[in-house]
Amino acid sequence: MAQATGSVPHHERHHAHHFKTGMEEFEACKQGMWIFLVTEVLFFAGMFMAYAVLRVFYPQMMKDVHQLLNWKMGALNTVILISSSLSMALAVSAAQRGEREKIVRNLWITLLFAGGFLVVKYFEYSHKIHEAILPGKLYAYQELSVAKAPLFFSVYFVMTGIHGLHVIIGMGVIYWLIRRASRNEFGPNYFTPVEMTGLYWHFVDLVWIYLFPLLYLVS
Amino acid sequence: MNKLLLCLLFITSTAQAATIPVAASDVAQSWDGIYWFLVYLSLVFFVGIVAAMIIFAVKYRSGVYKKPKYIHGNTPLEIIWTVIPTILLFVCFGWGWQVYKEMIHAPSDSMEVRVIGKQWLWQFVYKNGTSSVGDLFVPVNKPVKLIMSSEDVLHAFFIPNFRVKKDVVPGMYSNVWFEAKVPGIHQVYCTEYCGTSHSGMLARLIVLSESQWKDWLSGKKIDVDALPADPTFPGFRANRLGEGMPDAQAGTQSGGQLSLADKGKALVSTKGCVACHSADGSKLVGPSYKGLYGREEKVVEGGKTITVTADDNYLRESIENPLAKVVEGYPPSMPPYKGLVNEEELAAIIEYIKSLK
Amino acid sequence: MSHSASAHGDNYLNHSHGLKSWLLTLDHKRIGLMYLFVILGMFLLGGLFALGVRLELFSPGMQYLTMDQYNRFFTYHGAIMVFMVIIPLIPAAIGNFILPMQIGAKDVAFPRWNLVSFYVYILGATIASSTLFLKGVDTGWTFYAPYSIKTGSSATLVLLGAFIMGFSSILTGLNFIVTIHKLRAPGLTWDRLPLFLWALYATSIIQVLATPVLAITLLLLVLERLIGIGIFDPTLGGDPVLFQHFFWFYSHPAVYIMVLPAMGVISDVIPAFSRKPVFGYKAIAAATFGIALVSFVVWGHHMFVSGQSDFANFVFSFLTMLVAVPTGVKVFSWLGTMYKGSLRFDTPMLYAMGFLFVFTIGGLTGVFLAVVSVDVHLTATYFVVAHFHYVMVGGTLLAFLAGLHYWFPKFSGKMYSEGPARLASWMIMVGFNVTFFPQFILGVLGMPRRYADYLPQLTTLNRISTMGSWILGIGFLVVAWNLARGLKSGRASGPNPWGALTLEWMTASPPPHENFLVEPVVTDGPYEYRGEKALMGDNA
Repeated sequence: MAQATGSVPHHERHHAHHFKTGMEEFEACKQGMWIFLVTEVLFFAGMFMAYAVLRVFYPQMMKDVHQLLNWKMGALNTVILISSSLSMALAVSAAQRGEREKIVRNLWITLLFAGGFLVVKYFEYSHKIHEAILPGKLYAYQELSVAKAPLFFSVYFVMTGIHGLHVIIGMGVIYWLIRRASRNEFGPNYFTPVEMTGLYWHFVDLVWIYLFPLLYLVS
Repeated sequence: MNKLLLCLLFITSTAQAATIPVAASDVAQSWDGIYWFLVYLSLVFFVGIVAAMIIFAVKYRSGVYKKPKYIHGNTPLEIIWTVIPTILLFVCFGWGWQVYKEMIHAPSDSMEVRVIGKQWLWQFVYKNGTSSVGDLFVPVNKPVKLIMSSEDVLHAFFIPNFRVKKDVVPGMYSNVWFEAKVPGIHQVYCTEYCGTSHSGMLARLIVLSESQWKDWLSGKKIDVDALPADPTFPGFRANRLGEGMPDAQAGTQSGGQLSLADKGKALVSTKGCVACHSADGSKLVGPSYKGLYGREEKVVEGGKTITVTADDNYLRESIENPLAKVVEGYPPSMPPYKGLVNEEELAAIIEYIKSLK
Repeated sequence: MSHSASAHGDNYLNHSHGLKSWLLTLDHKRIGLMYLFVILGMFLLGGLFALGVRLELFSPGMQYLTMDQYNRFFTYHGAIMVFMVIIPLIPAAIGNFILPMQIGAKDVAFPRWNLVSFYVYILGATIASSTLFLKGVDTGWTFYAPYSIKTGSSATLVLLGAFIMGFSSILTGLNFIVTIHKLRAPGLTWDRLPLFLWALYATSIIQVLATPVLAITLLLLVLERLIGIGIFDPTLGGDPVLFQHFFWFYSHPAVYIMVLPAMGVISDVIPAFSRKPVFGYKAIAAATFGIALVSFVVWGHHMFVSGQSDFANFVFSFLTMLVAVPTGVKVFSWLGTMYKGSLRFDTPMLYAMGFLFVFTIGGLTGVFLAVVSVDVHLTATYFVVAHFHYVMVGGTLLAFLAGLHYWFPKFSGKMYSEGPARLASWMIMVGFNVTFFPQFILGVLGMPRRYADYLPQLTTLNRISTMGSWILGIGFLVVAWNLARGLKSGRASGPNPWGALTLEWMTASPPPHENFLVEPVVTDGPYEYRGEKALMGDNA
């Protein structure tokens, strides 16, 4: 079984024993990844549902309260994540061509962007925590007393929190890819992990592209 | 032959009676209609399927039948057994929906009683201010609508003899209605799991004659033990609450005190509501109470103007969370009263608003 | 052939040795068996809680348990049986073992993830079960808010456990879908796929689509308990009915995660013991998908009295009716398969026929609950309890036992004794019906579910039910004893004791490490029992 247990340069790599060809293995992984992303969509769909319920029941509250969020920071993070998607895509295409340097460089750039996203998020969160703009019963912000406002921040923190968790997990995986790429493990006949991580990363990016207008730009 | 039929009829009717609660209202009788229809329809299918299975098992057992037929299906047959059940199912659905409509539409002249569920007892509050725990007293042959809410967790109000049930949810009002045709005591259960003593959260629905009921309402004690027992289980007493609970009538506060609406009137002045809401139709900071209940109101919700009916749930929301729907033309300035009024006070205030026609 | 020696000697059981070779195995067969034994252990635990519940209900009043203890008993019974037993039972245990073999593959597509899924299940089950030694959990398996927010019991850990087990379920489903898509043997076209696999395929789709919604629901509830986010908590402005929508959006499809694989087993067993092609192959496959599809739009029928709008009640009642049609099609098709077959009544077939009997009752009583007005009276009473036990126990568990006896020779290469196996199947049938049929009547008479205590007028029916549970319990013990004896000293079964035609029977029993020594090529459908040629010898 020549699975990814040790460091195997891509040109020496064999597919797992229960697949007939490397292509078949790649196709299976790709399908599996897509199905996984479907489950992710449904996972977030639950939260979007909770958001939609609030939006329908308390539209005015949503409008009043979302102004406590800093849309400039949100917009900055949107730009950061879109850029990271681009560098990720470049990393994938480099992997397909087996250009080790380029894979590693683009993955580092992606990682950097992801870190930048978290830094911006850190400033947003710490500001909110400082002001006691918190979810549910923890909410103690005095300046704005709109009924149900705490519910908005429940949804805000849960959604961005879980999204942030996805970013952190993605960063771990990207770092793992960098290690493997520097050992020259990826090339034209084996780039599955890079491509799969790419799909995941684009998904994480896409979720943010929905989150940003829904949370920061309620109108 | 006739004797056989009669005998069969006797057996089925006895079996029917033994396996279903007494139908103590017209709705319950309609319910029984569709229920027995479903039972017999199911029996036809069940007996058919099991009989076929047994006949096949005997006839085609490998010991005697050695020529299994090489067939893969039979399209006409498959269409038949798809289409016929579909039609029957929609008959069931349609009939069921008809009965459901009876269940949900309380007559407009229904007598209203407010029900408050809390772990683990039922409290009943009547219009005249009487309140009782564990026993709900109603007159016979009069539609009764219960307006129910919960002080803590989910409960559900279930009277088997009337085939009605509804969840009792904190933060909103739900309703059931019934018209008792059978005087006596009927069992009431909580049917939404609510913690430790869920199974002790029982109540008795006590159906009295009109005059007895009026006596009770004006403070006279009723000898409940002299009333007919739950007709579903002759020989057994209906139960109210777990053991060791106080006698309901001892806990009953009735006669002499304020009616529910009068309590509400007192409350709106002590809580300061009257500063902004008049009772005579004059326009102050907020809309007047007069004629409000049941009116169609134009309200602003999230910047959009919509029309709502000022019913119990709307009034409740407007007291607890007034800015959710602000009546058009009025400033959004009322503070939320959530947590400042309890279930009983809410009920009283709404009853008061209701009384100002 | 150089392989023939290994065909007689080497198999997945003796391919490697030692505890580690099991715990770290990537072989789907070994993972399947590990699942099987752990799930059966959980089944024993859940069963003991059930016996405790029934024992307490032998008489009115509180006998052996306090009300709080009783509430924990029924909660553990429900949560263990639903999340840890019935959901993974057929797919993760039998399916893991059989699925790759039925498509002629060496393994599932992602063997590592398969093992991960097993340990994720163990982790979730351990976390949830650890509460047995803490404050217990008393919310009922449905975790309805706001009680589940307020209760002082260890609900948080159980919610986390169920949340984690959801990932195991997702991984299994994902693995199965890809495996069926990508690893079928040459010639195994979709219209030759055994119906068990159609069922697992549909089940996997539901697992993948519905489980994430449960995951987020449970996570929100955990956050509700930990920091009070308020989404489901009416005192913080949230909506407890919203929780029910979220919960049933998963948990109704979950009912079909439990029952579709069972139907799949039945669809495989009945033709094999009728020596006749399955009747209406395409109709059954289509019905499987019909059920899976409709399962996503009927969740509101759990909430007819919850306070959701009457319009919602109308729609959900209407849609729920649609579930009965494909279910009926399946039942009729199984009967059609028996018609003019040459029927043999080995234990798997006895269970399959028992399944037909009880599942018909379970299905028909489901129609009662789908009719909105009828449901108003029956919901949350023992009628519902009886109904879903007829579907879950009578349906899924009987089908599981059919499958367990059917594939036992494939798992072990040995045969159990037929006599005790048949006796046990009768005991289970009798015990089951004695336990649960009286509950229909109790429900119509108004006895609510989850009651620690009940009114004395309901004693007789409750006593019958409790005594039935004893027969049922002994029946399961006989099954366990008989199968254990078969494992130890059963006679060799040979590769294909039933003369079945699906691919798993085309290799040795127990199968070799990589299932097939030569990749099989499929040239025919899975149930092409051709007339007299399909008959087994008299010895069989």
